[in-house]
Amino acid sequence: MKNFAELIKTLDSSNKTSVKVDALTNYFRHASDEDKVWTIAILSHRRPPRPVNTTLLRLWANELANIPLWLFEESYHIVGDLAETIALIIPTTKENSDKSLTEYLREMIALKKQTDDQKREYLHKNWLALNYYERFVFTKLITGSFRIGVSQKLMTRALSKAEGVEEDVLAYKLMGDWDPDKISFQELVLDEKSSDYLSKPFPFYLAYPIEGEVSTLGDPQDWSIEHKWDGIRSQTIIRDNSLYVWSRGEELVTDKYPEFNAFINVIPNGTVIDGEILPFPEGQIGTFNDLQTRIGRKTVSSALLQKTPVIIKAYDLLEWNNEDIRHLPYDERRNLLEQLYENVKDIGLPLLLSENKKLNSWEDIAEERLRSREMKSEGLMLKRRSSPYQVGRKKGDWWKWKIEPLVIDAVLTYAMRGSGRRATLFTDYTFALWQTNAEGARELVTFAKAYSGLTDAEFRKVDDWIKKNTVEKFGPVRSVTPELVFEIGFEGIALSKRHKSGIATRFPRILRWRHDKKIDEANSIEDLKSMIV
Amino acid sequence: MYLDPWRPVKNAIITHGHSDHSRWGHQHYITHHTNVPIIKHRLGAINVTGKDWNESFVINNVRFSLHPAGHIIGSAQIRVEHKGEIWVFTGDYKTEDDGISVPFQPVRCHTFITENTFGLPAFKWLPQAEVMTDVNNWWAENKADGKTSVLFGYTLGKAQRLLKHLDTSNGKIFTHGAVENMTEVLRPMVKFPPTTLITRETKREELIGNIVLAPPSAHGTTWIRKMTPFVTGSASGWMAFRGARRRRAIDKGFVLSDHCDWYGLLDSIKATGAEKIICTHGYSDIFSKYLREIGYDARTALTQYEGDEGEVSETDTKEEAA
Repeated sequence: MKNFAELIKTLDSSNKTSVKVDALTNYFRHASDEDKVWTIAILSHRRPPRPVNTTLLRLWANELANIPLWLFEESYHIVGDLAETIALIIPTTKENSDKSLTEYLREMIALKKQTDDQKREYLHKNWLALNYYERFVFTKLITGSFRIGVSQKLMTRALSKAEGVEEDVLAYKLMGDWDPDKISFQELVLDEKSSDYLSKPFPFYLAYPIEGEVSTLGDPQDWSIEHKWDGIRSQTIIRDNSLYVWSRGEELVTDKYPEFNAFINVIPNGTVIDGEILPFPEGQIGTFNDLQTRIGRKTVSSALLQKTPVIIKAYDLLEWNNEDIRHLPYDERRNLLEQLYENVKDIGLPLLLSENKKLNSWEDIAEERLRSREMKSEGLMLKRRSSPYQVGRKKGDWWKWKIEPLVIDAVLTYAMRGSGRRATLFTDYTFALWQTNAEGARELVTFAKAYSGLTDAEFRKVDDWIKKNTVEKFGPVRSVTPELVFEIGFEGIALSKRHKSGIATRFPRILRWRHDKKIDEANSIEDLKSMIV
Repeated sequence: MYLDPWRPVKNAIITHGHSDHSRWGHQHYITHHTNVPIIKHRLGAINVTGKDWNESFVINNVRFSLHPAGHIIGSAQIRVEHKGEIWVFTGDYKTEDDGISVPFQPVRCHTFITENTFGLPAFKWLPQAEVMTDVNNWWAENKADGKTSVLFGYTLGKAQRLLKHLDTSNGKIFTHGAVENMTEVLRPMVKFPPTTLITRETKREELIGNIVLAPPSAHGTTWIRKMTPFVTGSASGWMAFRGARRRRAIDKGFVLSDHCDWYGLLDSIKATGAEKIICTHGYSDIFSKYLREIGYDARTALTQYEGDEGEVSETDTKEEAA
């Protein structure tokens, strides 16, 4: 555990990529094989299920700190991170633990099945046997994700440097459904076995947002134009009469979308399709809000299946006849995809083709982009016709050209402290719009929360203002005098029963602080509703 | 008679030299004599009287005396006695002996007015010797990597505390002008290792492997470019929070404060024997609520700090509170 805690400390305290890669490479060179497997698992978000819920964690940490629960909660709101708060309030002892990372994780897996008394005893014993930073890392392993600015890509690069295995090959090996408790480092990283690859997806190729003028991309004829769908990026694999559906977060989501079982025995084995999972209620593309009802569920009721079915909008073909065809030019892959689609399109599979176009001028392309909202897309994707399917986010061949966000002017009504880096500032805001109530009076109604879009300097100014203009405190939340107006941007909009305003917005964020506007000049709920297509 | 007033008054008793406690414009200042050169350096020609520890003086039938607060050199608590009723105002204070200021001495009183800058159970300091070992090891590592160590600490107090305990076998100690000037003022009172002021003529090569002491406000300025390649460190109580360090983009945080931690506050309060506690700046709402739960008659008093709850802010005044 000591060297893993030291690694996390280094990763957490540097903003420099080179420092992080060096620290990881160095760690991979010296750690035991078991610890390496677990480290890869943790940094790629494959941690064992949480053995203890956070209510009990708070309670038991509090017992050691010997403070009232409300004081723990106040501290937590100020620190902004549960594991960090627990690590800070528990007294440090002279004890010492030499247990390895693997030993700790095995204990945590076993812990899940134990009684509350056993869990409590285990936590008390281990919290007191670790120093402050080890205690923080240990508690993080129990509570949830490490947000330490290490992407899978960065970790893969370090592992590649340490082991001498090519980065692309490693990215492929580390994907998929492996269990860190069962697999050896040899099997995971070093062995080459094709049979293991049955469920494995290819690393996704990701587009960059377009920079500057679109016309600088050259001849429009070199580009394939299609709409950028607002669903879940996915890879659908049909191999050996089995189906595997992966989301871009490298999560195996096959069970969540039983519709796609229809592909088995219809689409030939040895096929991998790159496409978007989209909600398709009443035979039409729905909103992301519709899809939300499916995302969180592991098992799906037949009622929900009927109400919100899903389809795949296919846009690329990565494997065909058991052969990796990613090296082929986009146009050739696309031809094969269209042939595949042609053969199955009349069977009624939940599969549609993402139409691509060849347009003659950048003006035509710009015009197509303006149709995005009507097409229920987020904008356009531009793919170079001659390009291979690459690994990760690379510039040059794939560009996304999103539409401008919808905007509305709203009033700041509530604020909450941020978390992590912004834990001591009020940076999470709630915004409201005007509505006329039953008595005919205008009142402010909450419509969205946003916590990004201002500069650090602006956040400090707003934070300062909030502290001076607090009306009431409710735990970590404060209501403030309605006075500041902000321009809020968002990507999509849909009616919703779950929201007080009756409307759900997609990815709301602050675009700018409207110093020039008074609250009377903010928009109304009616203005917002009029934006629904 | 006013204590650390923040509007100009006729008579002001000053606890210590930080600018949020010793402001400009009073007609007459009274402070500990070791603080006299400090506030003169900061405020220029002022009318000031220096007092000794425990030396009592009576103004309008009220008896005053100054007692060590251990916050920085010359920092005092103010004891106020009237008709047998004793109040103590702490100013800023810490319980650990930092090796440069006269250590804090608890004073028996009925009412204790205490600061709460770090009044949360999440704040617990390690002994100074351990933190300074970390600082010196960090310097040695940076030196081995061929880099200059830039260590931020507030100009008055923190910078000298760090200076006093730096291991000069690692190399030379360079200073930013603000730190150099203040250190010069304090040299007659404390023996410090030698320092070299960074000037226009200082060459980049001279700095490599050595350490530079600078005020936090120098972070991110053009002045610091001369240190390239450099690594930054900051010594402050706020460094206990990961978020505070990351937000300032500091490479290394050392948790070293000139204020009391949670236990320091509780132990000090107990040692005064006071039953009434008045909590000022910092997490005073939370701290006084806790004191009431454990049986004290505690309340909060408004100070100019109330607006920002003593939280991490980027301005110099609050760096001072670190």
